[in-house]
Amino acid sequence: MTRTLPILTVLLAIVVLWYLAAIAMNAPWQTDVYKRGGIENVPATQFVLDTWNQEKPVLPAAHQVLTELWNTTVMVAPNKPRSLIFHAWVTFSATGLGFLMGSLLGIGLAVLIVHNDATNRSLMPWIVASQTIPILALAPLIVVIGFNIFTGTLHIPTDPARLMSKAIISAYLSFFPVAVGMVKGLRSPEAIQLDLMRTYNASASQVFWKLRWPGAMPYLFTSLKIGVAASLVGAIVGELPTGAVAGLGARLLAGSYYSQTIQIWSALFAASILAALLVIAVSLVERLVGARMGVRPS
Amino acid sequence: MSVTSPNNLSGPAVVVAAEHLGLTFGTNDGPVHALSDVNLTIDKGEFVSFIGPSGCGKTTFLRTIADLEQPTSGTLSINGMTPQQARQTRAYGYVFQAPALYPWRTIEKNVALPLEIMGYSASQQAQRIKRTMDLVNLAGFEKKFPWQLSGGMQQRASIARALAFDADLLLMDEPFGALDEIVRDHLNSELLKLWSATQKTICFVTHSIPEAVYLSTKIVVMSPRPGRVTDIIESTLPKDRPLDIRETPEFLAIAARVRDGLRAGHSYEEVV
Repeated sequence: MTRTLPILTVLLAIVVLWYLAAIAMNAPWQTDVYKRGGIENVPATQFVLDTWNQEKPVLPAAHQVLTELWNTTVMVAPNKPRSLIFHAWVTFSATGLGFLMGSLLGIGLAVLIVHNDATNRSLMPWIVASQTIPILALAPLIVVIGFNIFTGTLHIPTDPARLMSKAIISAYLSFFPVAVGMVKGLRSPEAIQLDLMRTYNASASQVFWKLRWPGAMPYLFTSLKIGVAASLVGAIVGELPTGAVAGLGARLLAGSYYSQTIQIWSALFAASILAALLVIAVSLVERLVGARMGVRPS
Repeated sequence: MSVTSPNNLSGPAVVVAAEHLGLTFGTNDGPVHALSDVNLTIDKGEFVSFIGPSGCGKTTFLRTIADLEQPTSGTLSINGMTPQQARQTRAYGYVFQAPALYPWRTIEKNVALPLEIMGYSASQQAQRIKRTMDLVNLAGFEKKFPWQLSGGMQQRASIARALAFDADLLLMDEPFGALDEIVRDHLNSELLKLWSATQKTICFVTHSIPEAVYLSTKIVVMSPRPGRVTDIIESTLPKDRPLDIRETPEFLAIAARVRDGLRAGHSYEEVV
């Protein structure tokens, strides 16, 4: 109760603001409609209800978005292109693959950086620089060139090729937080914990697996949560520039072509629900690992 | 590096031999002489305390024995070997100021850590864990994680970890420094029992005069700037020491001599 009440209060405030904003933003169109239809003396309640139920509103009301979500998830078979679950799955598969590649790359880079001073000095600046390039500028390049290489040179079928190109963008965005977090994590053991290993004459791999790796776990999961959200952004961005027909990004783009604001908003909702589920999934794994590693319950 | 003869014809084996040992750290503020001209011999089975104010080099000396610091002059041999060789043959167990337990390992897994690294078989590990946990009175706490134990128990676990493998030399760097006096008294008498049960050679760094006198067969008094040995006191106390031995005139006489040695080395007013 003490936890849900504040959340519900904020939610209520958001919904109220939302509906007020919908009235204000949809009012001009509504007045136009009345004017063209020659309708006069509309009661205020009618006017408000009409602004909340337009077909292509500037700002759709919450119930319109939820209805659309309901109609495109529960009421449609999930293998149909009308189904948001179908699109979410397409985006999710690129996200998952990219997240996996990015995490492995990030961890690998961190291991290199922590164990080798030369890589520490040479790689780190490039890793930081890689994230200064706007992904929106890079994404079309990767998607188009990547797709061409995968299908042309490597003779990979179009569907996996499209998936791989999007996953590369996801990986590009997610490796960074993982690399930075893991560098910090692998360096987190205290001096006496390392000294202890030295007194045992432990090998570098023993120090890694028995001290650095378990010591880095809290950092890893924090990075993974950021990385998985970034992966989703990458996958959606990867669906925008190519005229892709499937995926939440394609759904967003199609919605904006045809001014289907309700469709845009429901795709946005689907994306944020997917992001939440992904972060929750990482948190669950974190909790399982934490329980095995005897983390003090907070 | 010359090696001191480890064993004379009749006397006990020499475990640690330092001759004209010096260690200078280069820092941004110029060189710091952590150790200078330290000459010391520690025989097998001795309990040697190093006492002195902060910055007198007692911890540095212990770390030099452990090959965690490298001397810049003089010679140091451990069991007739260089410190590095001694470390590579796992000649010593080291107990740090803090327990340094790995928080993701249970107590028994922490004790097992050196055994895993040194390649003991599972059955040997289990047997040694049992033996050392009994030795430090932690039986029953095997499956607990470090945070579930008090500070004194954590430090006992770290002692068990240092005893789990077959090192004859135990290096202890103010292991009870962070504990309250009651716990410390208790652990001191336990440590003495453990020492007589295991016959190990113990090097023990401390700030406390009563602790040094109560535990040691030999007390090395050190002074700072530069770190050097000002006095070496052979204790005349019997090997069997109940806690109330600290009230006897003999004990107090040794404590007085330690205090004099510290005063001669100056700047130790703040400690009783």
